[in-house]
Amino acid sequence: MPRIIVCLKQAIDVNQLKADPSTRRLVTAGVSRKISDFDKNALEEAVRLKEKLGGEIVTVTASGEDAKTSIREALAIGADKGYFINDEALLDSDTLATSFVLAEAVRKIGQFDLILCGEASIDGFSAQVGPRIAELLNIPVITYARKISLEGNVVTVERTLEDRYETVKTKTPAIVTVTKEINEPRIPSLMAIMKASKKEIVTWKLADINVPLEKVGETGSGVRIMDVLAPKVERKRIVIEGENPAEIAEKLVKALIQEGMVGR
Amino acid sequence: MSEHIGVWVFSENYNLMLELLAGGSMLATNRKTELAVVLLGSGVESKADELIKHGADKVFVVDSSRLKDFQIETYLSALTNLVTGNKPEILLIGSTKNGKELASRLAARLETGCTPDCSQLAINEEGQLVTKRIVYSGNAVVTATYRKKPQIATVPPRTFEKLEPKERSGEIVKAEVEVEESKIEVVGVNRMEVADVKIEDARIVVCGGRGIEKKEDFKPLEELAKLLGGQVGNTRPLAEDRKWFTGWVGLSGKKIKPTLYVGCGISGMIQHVAGMRDSQVVVAVNRDPEAAIFEVADYVIVGDLYEIVPAIVKELKKTLG
Repeated sequence: MPRIIVCLKQAIDVNQLKADPSTRRLVTAGVSRKISDFDKNALEEAVRLKEKLGGEIVTVTASGEDAKTSIREALAIGADKGYFINDEALLDSDTLATSFVLAEAVRKIGQFDLILCGEASIDGFSAQVGPRIAELLNIPVITYARKISLEGNVVTVERTLEDRYETVKTKTPAIVTVTKEINEPRIPSLMAIMKASKKEIVTWKLADINVPLEKVGETGSGVRIMDVLAPKVERKRIVIEGENPAEIAEKLVKALIQEGMVGR
Repeated sequence: MSEHIGVWVFSENYNLMLELLAGGSMLATNRKTELAVVLLGSGVESKADELIKHGADKVFVVDSSRLKDFQIETYLSALTNLVTGNKPEILLIGSTKNGKELASRLAARLETGCTPDCSQLAINEEGQLVTKRIVYSGNAVVTATYRKKPQIATVPPRTFEKLEPKERSGEIVKAEVEVEESKIEVVGVNRMEVADVKIEDARIVVCGGRGIEKKEDFKPLEELAKLLGGQVGNTRPLAEDRKWFTGWVGLSGKKIKPTLYVGCGISGMIQHVAGMRDSQVVVAVNRDPEAAIFEVADYVIVGDLYEIVPAIVKELKKTLG
């Protein structure tokens, strides 16, 4: 029976973000954290595979902040156990550092058939962590999955690319990153939430997985962030009004002709 | 770190690679260094001249029957071996989905940083690559540089315009590198509907959102798009929730930058805006005067798209004769 590891990121809820209009700096204070959307799809897919094939699901999360509430939610959705690498030194880690930590954690967690990740996180959206972990563990990776089937030691995946769907297969152990279209994550029942409170969350410091401090945080990162600002909006915002749709249409077409958009 | 020299570009998508040469050329000029391109495939050597005409000073050609079709692992191993042997300081890779996976894995092998989907590239006073890209679902632009080399960035289609080809001299280096076997076997490919494919290339896009009640109601939008010489697009809910389409315009879908974007019945969720923000002129039609799409519009029309769109079609027909 398969053992599946799901990588979960606790991300900032991007829909709650606002920027200070004068400085264009983001206001993150008071913005809640949640399981990154696509990672929730990965977890849901793991639960569906377990419902079919049996086995075990463990989650792994690395964060410099507290993420226990998110991990507890994952346990309620259907994970059996959560591993949490919680260390302040992880703050400001990029994908190079984060992947290293997750790969080392996976080594300590031990045997597995499949690692599932979201295609990208909802905040950074870099889509790098899954492929990077695969390289560090030297196992195959399949990205952008919209369908997964697991038979014995072969995983078959339908991938969504720009202009086509591609069906590919490889041998396990392997990593698959999933898209949002793969499933609709369930909302856990009250019963499941209560049961989850009895499941185990294993918390590790970096030292517990033998990750030296220089491998994480700013020093362990390949990318150095200079600033994060709300995008500039430079639009004319001309309101077109009229007595009736025909008059509005006439004004718009006139404006579009002046912009050089019509009649070429 | 100082032994890293030169700007390199690569994409498995040849047309995108020509665009990357324009971006790479700007960086190489700035760094007073050479621009190289990596050409992988089987029987591809004849393309080297065209790459030189489009700005490459050097073309690394790996011509092997094992590289005939794009497979991530075979391409990745060839690229890794070339980069390790030659140590470029900057490497631009085309931001296709496969290209992003390739770049991530290359960065992992080389233990370096990678910034994906860059919309702007520059060189700072220290001579480092500086990138800009959208994060937080379109809520912010992050400016970043690197701590390690090579500095890897992926660049989406249409970020740079191809240079005008001109006669210039360049060096063609035939390289022999080891190519790994692919661990992934492709067992089938299904094309998506053609209509969904090329919206990135459309000069004009008329986009529909949740304000459109039935799929048939796209007819006036299609008519408008046709009159303007463009294409129709849609938001994510129309594809994912209503299953009317397979693709969508947005952060997680197609990023478009047409000269004209007309949004009909689109509320302007930040994820959608991230996919159309770079449009040259934006027109938005929505019944709700508070709709967020109006914040990013040049022409704001508060009204019922079921009345406004047919009226624009009628007016255009009159104007165009």
